[in-house]
Amino acid sequence: MGELLRVAWAVAAKDLRLEFRSRTAFVSALVFTALVLAIFNFARDPTAVSAVDLAPGILWITFTFAGMLGLNRAFGLERENRALDGLLLSPASRTALYLGKVLANLVFVGAVEAIALPLFALFFNVPILPVLGPLVLVIALATVGFVAVGTLMSSMAVNTRLAELMLPVLLLPFLVPPVTAAVQITAHLFSSRPFSEVSGWLRLLVGYDVIFVAACILFFESTIEE
Amino acid sequence: MTPTEPAERALRRTVPWIAVALALVAVVYVRALVCTPVEAVQGPAQKIFYIHVPSAWVAFLAFGIVGVTSVVYLFIKDPRLDLFAACAAEVGMVFTTAVLVTGPIWGKPIWGTWWTWDARLTLTLFLWFVIMAYLVLRGAVSEPGQRARYSAVLGILGALLVPFIHVSVYLFRTMHPLPVVLRPGRPTLPGAMLVTLLLGFAVFTFLFVALLRYRYLLARLADVRTQAEAERADA
Repeated sequence: MGELLRVAWAVAAKDLRLEFRSRTAFVSALVFTALVLAIFNFARDPTAVSAVDLAPGILWITFTFAGMLGLNRAFGLERENRALDGLLLSPASRTALYLGKVLANLVFVGAVEAIALPLFALFFNVPILPVLGPLVLVIALATVGFVAVGTLMSSMAVNTRLAELMLPVLLLPFLVPPVTAAVQITAHLFSSRPFSEVSGWLRLLVGYDVIFVAACILFFESTIEE
Repeated sequence: MTPTEPAERALRRTVPWIAVALALVAVVYVRALVCTPVEAVQGPAQKIFYIHVPSAWVAFLAFGIVGVTSVVYLFIKDPRLDLFAACAAEVGMVFTTAVLVTGPIWGKPIWGTWWTWDARLTLTLFLWFVIMAYLVLRGAVSEPGQRARYSAVLGILGALLVPFIHVSVYLFRTMHPLPVVLRPGRPTLPGAMLVTLLLGFAVFTFLFVALLRYRYLLARLADVRTQAEAERADA
């Protein structure tokens, strides 16, 4: 187990080092996020709909789109010079390779979310500080499920025609349960209703994470073998 | 005898199946219109139920077949299983579309709206999206082995997804009519309607089997033909 995590971390560290040196994807994802948040402000009638009513949906649509940008990069990176073959020839197990990619994507998406969240609070005047603890928990749970499935889908999507278009077509149906749950819980938090009302959604979110992380680890091998 | 002849003959023998299945669909519908009482509250609009519900059953059956054949494919890697799953998805797509078209036609007079984000509508819509993604993915990968592995993985994950979507849309309130046959206790449907509905289930399942068989044999024929052409080019 320790060995598995060590190798997974090595894979993730490689990806993160690459990203840290160029910072292209990260900076573009950030600018994209800020732009989406700013544009959403003009997608409502300010005299009819208050920002808080739309805020949970805006937050999660922004996170979903920003995450999707990061996911395409994970395996797109390995296509150049057939770098994936090198990884597959190394003694790293397929599971470690998958977990490493998931880990790197989690750091990437998490970093974008960490910067986008205060920006969101600023733009839409949502008081996030009183509910920060539960909010971070929900974001973490939804992001894990989203990134686990997204990483697997991107490992397939990069090898298809129209890769950039294929990922959302494959991935968006899979985001219905986690994103719906996250939006509902977030809405409850912002309107300071009791957390116990959303226990069903919370269970759904945890169940999704457990089932899909396990399934993706199991089936990742089938998407990369030659 | 050309190499494609046995496959062509099998394909031709399946045509009567489809003809019989379509004739039976017509029989069931005549029964639904003529011999089955008009529903007291919904009136004639309820007649679409005899197409809608059997189509929904076949749509989920087709999706189940895709899921199961995908799991088996990953274990034994038989390309025929992959082909079978693809054909089931394609035929299932037709029935899922039928559900999504007949539903709103009924919904407009009864609910007063073409579409509503009800649990079962949403589930069927996303089932449609997943099958569509499956078919689009198959079209975007050219290497057969890779295409088979990819679509098997998507087929399995899609089957896992359906219960999750069901739960998440169920946590919203549902306004869809509740099940009248597969429910705890006895069916609530009056006898004549129940018989028509059950006939509908049988006939639609038969139509599905006939179409699936035809589609599968057609795909096999295409394979045989490609192979024969490749051999002729080599010679």
